[in-house]
Amino acid sequence: MEGQEHQTRRHIFQQRFGPHIVEAKEQWGELTFVIAREALIEICQALRDDPAFDYKMLVDLCGVDRGVGADPRFEVVYHLYSLTHRHRLRLKVRVNEEEAVPSVTGIWPNANWYEREVYDMFGVRFEGHPELRRLLMPEDWEGYPLRKDYPLRGYRG
Amino acid sequence: MAESEVLLEVRRNPLETTMMVNMGPQHPSTHGVLRLVLTLEGERVVDAKPDIGYLHTGMEKLAEHKKYQHVITITDRTDYLNAMGNNLGYVLAVEKMLGVEVPPRAQVIRVMMAELQRIASHLVWIGTHGLDLGAMSLFFYAFAEREKILQLFEAVSGGRLTPSYLRIGGVMADLPEGFTARVLDFCREFPRALEEFDRLLTHNPIFRMRTEGVGRLSAEEAIRWGVTGPSLRASGVPYDLRRVHPYSGYETYDFDVPTRTEGDVYARYLVRVQEMRESLKIIRQAVEKLPPGPVKCDDPRVSLPPREKMLTQMDALIYHFLLTAEGLKVPPSEVYVAVESPRGELGYYIVSDGGPMPYRVHIRAPSFANVQALPLMVRGQLIADVVAVIASIDIVLGEIDR
Repeated sequence: MEGQEHQTRRHIFQQRFGPHIVEAKEQWGELTFVIAREALIEICQALRDDPAFDYKMLVDLCGVDRGVGADPRFEVVYHLYSLTHRHRLRLKVRVNEEEAVPSVTGIWPNANWYEREVYDMFGVRFEGHPELRRLLMPEDWEGYPLRKDYPLRGYRG
Repeated sequence: MAESEVLLEVRRNPLETTMMVNMGPQHPSTHGVLRLVLTLEGERVVDAKPDIGYLHTGMEKLAEHKKYQHVITITDRTDYLNAMGNNLGYVLAVEKMLGVEVPPRAQVIRVMMAELQRIASHLVWIGTHGLDLGAMSLFFYAFAEREKILQLFEAVSGGRLTPSYLRIGGVMADLPEGFTARVLDFCREFPRALEEFDRLLTHNPIFRMRTEGVGRLSAEEAIRWGVTGPSLRASGVPYDLRRVHPYSGYETYDFDVPTRTEGDVYARYLVRVQEMRESLKIIRQAVEKLPPGPVKCDDPRVSLPPREKMLTQMDALIYHFLLTAEGLKVPPSEVYVAVESPRGELGYYIVSDGGPMPYRVHIRAPSFANVQALPLMVRGQLIADVVAVIASIDIVLGEIDR
């Protein structure tokens, strides 16, 4: 049943946003789309408001450092959930250190803290965020703890 | 932030009556180290701003530097009132990536533990909730009941608060002798305690006046803000992962998902009290259906071989060595697995690069989302109601700050 749901969602998604999809993947029964950063707001808006998707809930948002040499270096991962279709979707955008990701706080207000956490831990900036400052670390902290080149112990290497 | 240096600020202009008050991080009713910056107009709350991070211990960073099997002990310490449930979410995620089949006996034991833990967590909540609103005696009754569950945990794992009982592929050890009888004893006695709670709080006119109509949250707002668990169900959305996306065989148990429509503090109270009764039902069924058999999967690449085999057979010794020294072979992939914790959707997002340690572990903590919606619930309320609302969303700072 879940597999069928995936097929329909995958199909509609690819039909609507085909040109913006960088990568599509289905693994362990989980559907993932890597999409172009520029199209993020447009796609998220549609995912929330279009009854064919109806992803009303932003369940989780987090960052991943793909490695010091990777290009683009960071990934921002969005986990969406639709209560009506009982379906989970994973979206990803990739971004480099000097670039910014459009903020989805206008679509799901709870993205506020999640984006602040990603900024706090990885230094990824979010454009249009109402108050982008550190969330968990002290305000005057230097460095971004969850980056792969940040040491586990010892202060500044 | 300029606010952080201000403890209590009274505006210079006497005609302007708003005042900013700092509540926490050491305030006893903030259930840990939550800090709230309240803007007040007299006793009314105009705005509230939660400030978190006081308990940040870098658990996600730490998890990137430990082997998969060692991360279990970290999960115990995130939401320290739901250690068994955290273990369960994490091991389910790793098992999904490994494609491991968990023996039926282990699955039933896991459900039993998760539900006992849910009751224990709700008991801390009901005790502190009552305490916050001046019903002190309840606290002692609730903690006396919780102690019985912690002793059961001690019997199976040796640990009370941080049992680390679950393992990838099963559980640490089989239940000790006479354990199910002790669980049934608890199931028999506990409804009497629940009745006592009903007499003390549910029908208590003072408690009801303090909670009914206070801290309302509508279903739409709750969904918009990603609120899950009892707080969402008290607003009328029957979203319970045990029912909607069953795991560990929850689909085979008969239980109800209690919901209310009022969305206030009292509704959240009623939902949790009813959940304890439902958990009890699940525990009884788990004891009944507990099948015989192994409690760990026998795949030597995933779980350690039995001690006797390790001491007598060469291949078992080699597997033991490999698993300990080299760790698990998790294929490069990513996974998100969510379980229903006492506070809501607890998710583990794990990225593997094929190495013995996770590449990235992100914990989707239910309290993190729930406390972010706190300002919505306290705006327009009295400052004394803030205490009631915080207690009603049952936050654990350990998982908010991680």
